[in-house]
Amino acid sequence: MSRQPYVRPISRTTWYMRKGRYRRYMLREVTCLLVGFYSFLLIWALAVLATGSAERWDAFLAGQQTLTMKTVHGTALIYYLVYMTFDWFKLAPKAMAVQVGNHALPPLAIIIGHYVAWAALSLFVFWLTGVF
Amino acid sequence: MSIARKSVVWGLFAAGGTLSAFLFPAIIALFLFVAAGRVPPGLEFDSAHAFVSGWLGKAVLFVVISLALWHAAHRLRVVFHDFGLRKDKAVARAVYLVAAIGTLMTAFYLYSIH
Repeated sequence: MSRQPYVRPISRTTWYMRKGRYRRYMLREVTCLLVGFYSFLLIWALAVLATGSAERWDAFLAGQQTLTMKTVHGTALIYYLVYMTFDWFKLAPKAMAVQVGNHALPPLAIIIGHYVAWAALSLFVFWLTGVF
Repeated sequence: MSIARKSVVWGLFAAGGTLSAFLFPAIIALFLFVAAGRVPPGLEFDSAHAFVSGWLGKAVLFVVISLALWHAAHRLRVVFHDFGLRKDKAVARAVYLVAAIGTLMTAFYLYSIH
């Protein structure tokens, strides 16, 4: 071994800026902030429901109706779809290999299955909440 | 971290990630409808309260929120590392604590709605 091995200086805080796939990885990983944000927003809603007061619930809903929240939710929805949901589906065949008989299910079939299930589930949630 | 614990942590992460990937777009869309002033009928007090009062609604919400929180906590732990913070023990404690608090809050509020 060389006595003075050459160590490439790599920044600990900005290493992911060097390559497109590293950047995409980071864009995907930070979606956890959105999951956390919406989880606590749901918990807040539960806390309001737990008071058992219809007035407080209406006030909570009215308090959400700001331009800021509209912008936040609109942006979050697009970002979340691209970097969380669709990325998760893209990686699904790598995480779960499905075997049918002697053949492995092609990755594309697994991905399409995820999209179909996602569409059905989303429609079910919208039906349940009376969106249509 | 022992292999046994690692599999539990990763299992929760994967389960929460799958649930979040499938369900959160619809949930965010619901918040968007509310913010846009078009509150879906199912989110008016009576329907929302009735849904959360039933055991099925409680079970679904508890599983979704708690697993989503554990998913987010685990991913955030790795994100801190990736942004250059090399204090994994402290970070792990903090993020899992927040997830635990959120899980307890969810259980408490669901329990007190009837």
